[in-house]
Amino acid sequence: MPPREGTYGLLAEFKTPGDLVRAARQAHQDGWRRLDCYTPYPIEEAAEAIDVPRNKVPLVTLIGGLLGGAAMFALETWISVIAFPIDVAGRPTYSWPAFLVPAYEWTILWAGLSAAFGMLALNGLPALYHPLFNAPSFRSGATTDKFFLCLEALDPKFDLAESRAYLEGLQPLSVEEVEY
Amino acid sequence: MATREVNIHDRRDPATGEFRVIAPGESFLSVTEKVSRIVLTPHTPLGWFGFFAVAGAGATMLMVALTWLFLKGVGIWAITQPVAWGFAIINFVWWIGIGHAGTLISAILLLFKQGWRNSISRFAEAMTIFAVICAAMFPVIHVGRPWLGYWLLPLPLTMDYWPQFRSPLMWDTFAVSTYATISVVFWYIGMIPDLGTLRDRAQSKFAQYIYGILSVGWRGSVRHWVSYETASLLLAGLATPLVLSVHTVISFDFAVAVLPGWHTTIFPPYFVAGAIYSGFAMVLTLAIPLRKFYHLEALVTERHIDNMGKIMLVTGFIVAYGYGMEAFMAWYSADHWEAFTFWNRAFGPMGWSYWLLLTLNLFIPLTTLWVRKLRTNILYMFILSIIVNTGMWFERFVIIVTSLTRDFLPSAWGTYRATKWDYMTLFGSLALFTFLFLLFVRFLPMMPMNEIRMLLPASKVRAKAGPEVTK
Repeated sequence: MPPREGTYGLLAEFKTPGDLVRAARQAHQDGWRRLDCYTPYPIEEAAEAIDVPRNKVPLVTLIGGLLGGAAMFALETWISVIAFPIDVAGRPTYSWPAFLVPAYEWTILWAGLSAAFGMLALNGLPALYHPLFNAPSFRSGATTDKFFLCLEALDPKFDLAESRAYLEGLQPLSVEEVEY
Repeated sequence: MATREVNIHDRRDPATGEFRVIAPGESFLSVTEKVSRIVLTPHTPLGWFGFFAVAGAGATMLMVALTWLFLKGVGIWAITQPVAWGFAIINFVWWIGIGHAGTLISAILLLFKQGWRNSISRFAEAMTIFAVICAAMFPVIHVGRPWLGYWLLPLPLTMDYWPQFRSPLMWDTFAVSTYATISVVFWYIGMIPDLGTLRDRAQSKFAQYIYGILSVGWRGSVRHWVSYETASLLLAGLATPLVLSVHTVISFDFAVAVLPGWHTTIFPPYFVAGAIYSGFAMVLTLAIPLRKFYHLEALVTERHIDNMGKIMLVTGFIVAYGYGMEAFMAWYSADHWEAFTFWNRAFGPMGWSYWLLLTLNLFIPLTTLWVRKLRTNILYMFILSIIVNTGMWFERFVIIVTSLTRDFLPSAWGTYRATKWDYMTLFGSLALFTFLFLLFVRFLPMMPMNEIRMLLPASKVRAKAGPEVTK
């Protein structure tokens, strides 16, 4: 990642998930778009409050599963019919009912791998460095018991002093400036 | 211990109206603290070292048994004609079955929104993975020339040889390898947020690096959580048909054969139910000492033990139905060999194993699990879990050994008596499992902290908090 200068954003800590959701909803209503909430466990209401778009994980999973199943079925057919045909008591070499079992397993295998790694990739992970890790309060509790709202400097509405005052108005526990 | 337990008389939580599964008074911090301190403490408990030494010695015994096996060949085991499957396949089926409860808890109970599963899901998944490791070892060492095990994979080999996909043994290869892979992935994905917690709470630089890398930089963004939850649900939805298919495919190894006692259509559901039955028994065997030893009674409560007892009761009855149906079909099929196999199972030279199995699997559990006092008696449930696990091992023994010893022609009949190498491999695999499990308990979060937080009353977003609540 190229080194960036200046402020990443303003990070406000809230006491309860309810306070966070209320603040996030307010900020979104007031036109903020480059903002994010950070919570120690999934909070659906927070995602609704900042209007997180539908994700593409199901699509990736579907494609992965279909490709996996098709690949296995094609492989079995090619092996049994063309590459290594064995005559077992005159049974057809193209014994598709028997091929369904491994194809079924591979559908699940590749769908599952696509869901897991697709989710990570769509989230931009692994990302071992993130500016937020510079914030002491974030490091000490974002994954334990603290609830954060971050207004990012990339938002056109962002202005260090004004945005700080705006966040203070949402009754957080604290507001902190985060550097890149 | 001063820890307050949830007993079954604590009904609903007044704040949320939901059934309480976590002891009252727990907070986000206290839950996190309880789980993460087990991993992050610099002081490993002495008891852990004690168990680790015993398990390590047992795993070493397994290595000795395997080394001798590789030097001498499978002749050191009792397998011969007609019983060519023996302990190796009994252990394989038993271990895979144990793994099934982990997936049931992590996937099927997630889809059914059973919140109580959250506390036990992580170590049940770990149990699955280690059980699959123990299971997968057996077919490989049973083939006699394990260095040729890769022949099972469709690889373009120089001798122009390809696997035979019409054989259930090939289906097994794909079912078990898929099961192992998906279980590991599901386990790891579920652990990422907790590894982030460990990264943030670790004091030592080394632990911060390791957990930092393992947590792939998880920071709890709501945008991430949304796709994370989608992926978890999808993985659960995929693991559900997978777990049902794995023991089904394993039962095909038997059911597709023509042998009386194996060639039956009841096998797939009966194997799956038996797998879940023994798996829940193993979860209890692990959960009861763990909660005691690490003082986690507030997180794995009496209600968990009670619920698992109920699931065992249900699956136990499905298993009982399977036994009954086998007996019924022996009569109803009017097939001479089927009838003889059943008679031989119950009253033949190995009849003791059949009656032992019925006692351990049906008579003891299915009469006592009805009683709530016994279901919530921790000591009783621990003993019962070991009884059921033993019973389920004997179920596989009966299916494999008594069917094989006496098939169609009396001139081909034989007997089976396990050697010390068989026993060393069986108990060695138990030790290997314990060894791996102890490492897991020490170095990884054994309970999903992020999911337990969701069970706390404080996690709920109150309606009064916002201007309008969209739901």
